Amino acid sequence: MTTTLPAALRAPFSAGGGSAIDAQLAQRLLSAALEPGGDYADLYFEFRVSADYALEEEQVRTLGRGITLGLGVRVTKGDATGYAYTEDLAWEKMVHAAKTAGQIAMGGGHAPVSVAAAGRIAFPEFYPVPSPSLVAPAVDKLALLRAADKAARAYDPRIVKVEASFAEYLKEVLLFTSDGRMAHDVQPMLRMGVRAVAEDHGKRQAGSGGGGGRYGMNYFEQAKHDAASHGVEAARVAIAMLDATDAPAGEMPVVLGPGDSGILLHEAVGHGLEADFNRKETSNYTGQLGKPVASALCTVVDDGTIENSRGAINVDDEGYAGRRNVLIENGVLVGYMHDRLSAKHFGVAPSGNGRRESFRAMPLPRMTNTSLLGGKDNPDDIIKSVKRGIYAKRFSGGQVNISNGDFVFSLSESYLIEDGKLTAPLKDVNLIGNGPDVLRKVDMLGSDYALSDGIWTCGKDGQSVPVNVGTPTVRISAITVGGTKA
Amino acid sequence: MTSGAQITDDTVRELTELAQLAVELAKKAGADAAEVLVRDGSELTAKVRLGEPELVQEAGSRALGLRVLKGARRATTYTSDLRRPALEALCAETCALAELAEPDEYALPPDPQLLAKPPLPELDLYDPAVGEVDAAWALREAKTGEAAARRFDARVTNSEGATWSRVLGATAFATSGGFSGGYRGSYASLVVEPLCDDTTDPANPKKRNGYWWTASRFLSQLDVAEAVGIEAARRTVATLGSRKVATQECPIVFDPEVARSIVGTIFSVANGSSFWRKSSYLVGKEGQPIASKLVTIVDDPLIPRAPGSRPFDGDGLPTRKNPVVEAGVLAPVLCDVYSARKLGRASTASAGRGIGGNPGPTTSNLIMAAGSTSRDQLLRDTPRGLYVTQLMGFGFNPVTGDFSRGAQGFWIENGELTFPVSEVTIAANFDEILKRIDAVADDLVMRTATAAPTFRVSHMMLAGTARGA
Repeated sequence: MTTTLPAALRAPFSAGGGSAIDAQLAQRLLSAALEPGGDYADLYFEFRVSADYALEEEQVRTLGRGITLGLGVRVTKGDATGYAYTEDLAWEKMVHAAKTAGQIAMGGGHAPVSVAAAGRIAFPEFYPVPSPSLVAPAVDKLALLRAADKAARAYDPRIVKVEASFAEYLKEVLLFTSDGRMAHDVQPMLRMGVRAVAEDHGKRQAGSGGGGGRYGMNYFEQAKHDAASHGVEAARVAIAMLDATDAPAGEMPVVLGPGDSGILLHEAVGHGLEADFNRKETSNYTGQLGKPVASALCTVVDDGTIENSRGAINVDDEGYAGRRNVLIENGVLVGYMHDRLSAKHFGVAPSGNGRRESFRAMPLPRMTNTSLLGGKDNPDDIIKSVKRGIYAKRFSGGQVNISNGDFVFSLSESYLIEDGKLTAPLKDVNLIGNGPDVLRKVDMLGSDYALSDGIWTCGKDGQSVPVNVGTPTVRISAITVGGTKA
Repeated sequence: MTSGAQITDDTVRELTELAQLAVELAKKAGADAAEVLVRDGSELTAKVRLGEPELVQEAGSRALGLRVLKGARRATTYTSDLRRPALEALCAETCALAELAEPDEYALPPDPQLLAKPPLPELDLYDPAVGEVDAAWALREAKTGEAAARRFDARVTNSEGATWSRVLGATAFATSGGFSGGYRGSYASLVVEPLCDDTTDPANPKKRNGYWWTASRFLSQLDVAEAVGIEAARRTVATLGSRKVATQECPIVFDPEVARSIVGTIFSVANGSSFWRKSSYLVGKEGQPIASKLVTIVDDPLIPRAPGSRPFDGDGLPTRKNPVVEAGVLAPVLCDVYSARKLGRASTASAGRGIGGNPGPTTSNLIMAAGSTSRDQLLRDTPRGLYVTQLMGFGFNPVTGDFSRGAQGFWIENGELTFPVSEVTIAANFDEILKRIDAVADDLVMRTATAAPTFRVSHMMLAGTARGA
């Protein structure tokens, strides 16, 4: 981002700030961190201003704002990591954090590694915004909430409750590493969410809609991204699901709609390809490089460079530029997602996947925007090809067991397919499968690839990071559907 | 390595004074009412993998959350910058933000008569011995636990590591209505996560992970590291050869590790917030049977040394023990002041409050009462069915009660656990699940803030392979 920011949104550690950190100060901190004998250290300064707004019962109920500032210091020695942080950027506090992290190398007994002079890392701009949303007045955001609320209520008289929320932040990071890299990035984010409850003759259902990404307020100017569209979507799902019937139980073909279904991919294969699990040989994809792990139709890509997408990163949290990485090509496993530690272990270049939730946590290999690329089939033909199965449209989330590859994902809007046609809406149901097994059963792939609107957050080891997913329409020949009807 | 992260009574007093100061600053900035929460925490995490240190993380942090009311308009803010000029700026900004909200009479502060008055109950939540632990000691404990797991069985071929961690924290709260108070707490835990190679199906080799853990506010109450490691290994090895079973309706027995998540799910639909929002299938069911007669659940914040105990709630009210379900009948749902007013009743003093938000109903120690049969007897009385040890995913719709989640566990045949099962789902409407609980064991252990004994649901739909496969 190149815009000049108002003072309240500028990090105190940046040039011109109240506690500006220059390369020389950073070098002194890194030296203190490495003194006991560590072989690498980095400093991660973070300043984050966030705001949230919520509307309930047609009234503005919540207005919130928060400021987070801190420094995380990491020291590694071999595969071991020492980590400490401070929220106080007073010099002695920063030195204390550096020394605490450095103790991981105590008793190592070799001369301290010298700190290389910092050189600024160059990277392209993947989230250009005319102006961060935090600069726009709060009343503009309240107007969005009112528009979404109004649209949801207008959709159907059976909509009885609407909640609309808007959350935004602007995060500025400054990173220095002992091997001489320096990176500075400003990361915008916004997210709108709408939830509607429908009631009809004692039956009640909820639906949700929303979206966002690394945008400014210009996000809402795009087609289908305006506030009213999100309100209508929440209302549509709530009304459609009023007639939901019991979902079937057992193995059957499942067709996944485009976009949000990427959640399945994120769980079924994404996590298993994060290289920390493979470095430790704890993933079921360990040792599978160069081998077929999916149907030949499948090409899976993790791409941090998709402009304005929720998972986009100019530079990762270890100072490596965001990249497009092919993970599976025509069904063959060709690469993992790396952080610095795993890249070193595998002897490859870091892939720009080293991410952290905040200065309070160490980086881990994480996904950015993960996609299954489009195929050749007409999406309608895919649905027509199924005699009896399920069409999955919206999801409430998923989870995977990295070791054995079992994953679940929860459908919040799905339909029965009977003789090639979508028929009854189904009650909330879970799908369960095994990652490699399910990817081998992908036997039709639509030409309608879509990226999800930005709503997803991924959790790993207690750290949450924003991600995005994308897929075309996909047919899986058989997967276990966890309904109640035999 | 350093230690000395103790939180003293002086720290609590200092934080309480800071909270009171911020209340005064907010009033000076034009707030009609103000509520301030201050938290101070310090953490130590020591992780070992394959006998070597993998991570040592040590740090402390402080934050302040402010909620102001201008008339009935409210706003919330938080900061980690606790210097006086920063607090003054925050107060001014929060008051300006509140002007943008619409008035909400329900959000006004509680009647000062209702606020907790000193002395606050002494709940014995802090153990200085936890604070004395240093990184070297924590690493040794983790190493001992992991080594015990790897030694226990040759089939434990790898490890996701063992982690010893502790959190020390202080909470202080002050309001313009006259409440001020604080308390400190400690919590320590050890988790061991062994890994096995499963070559039961040579064409499709898999890895199997498992875990076991111990946790307490008091160092002396932790299980010894060797025992944790051995139990982790035993549980992991037991999953070797896991397979699907055929789709069928059958009894489901919930191990305490998953039974407590079912009890947590009950609270998610039995609280004042979900009630006034009508996002619970239980709306209108207070005083009616919503579960089998065998089900009794209480929320008790006043148990000394327990993980979820608290002397006052997020509104500053004195906490008390509340019934949640009594012999299957839904008690008045847990409320904070706001949701209670929305429902036209009194708070149950169940408010929780985070640094950056409005209060809402939360649980303290949410406990399902033990039954009278032993776990072994309960199993012996189950001719066939699934014994569930792990649940996966988020398949629960609070508005309709539809429940469908991934499950892992053991197949029960003639009253005994036979072979391990994975990659199946269990589903039913939550209303049916609770009403079909037909046996509750006597094995309740208070290790976690939400706790339950083993129990059995007479039947649920299990989805696995095609029927007869």
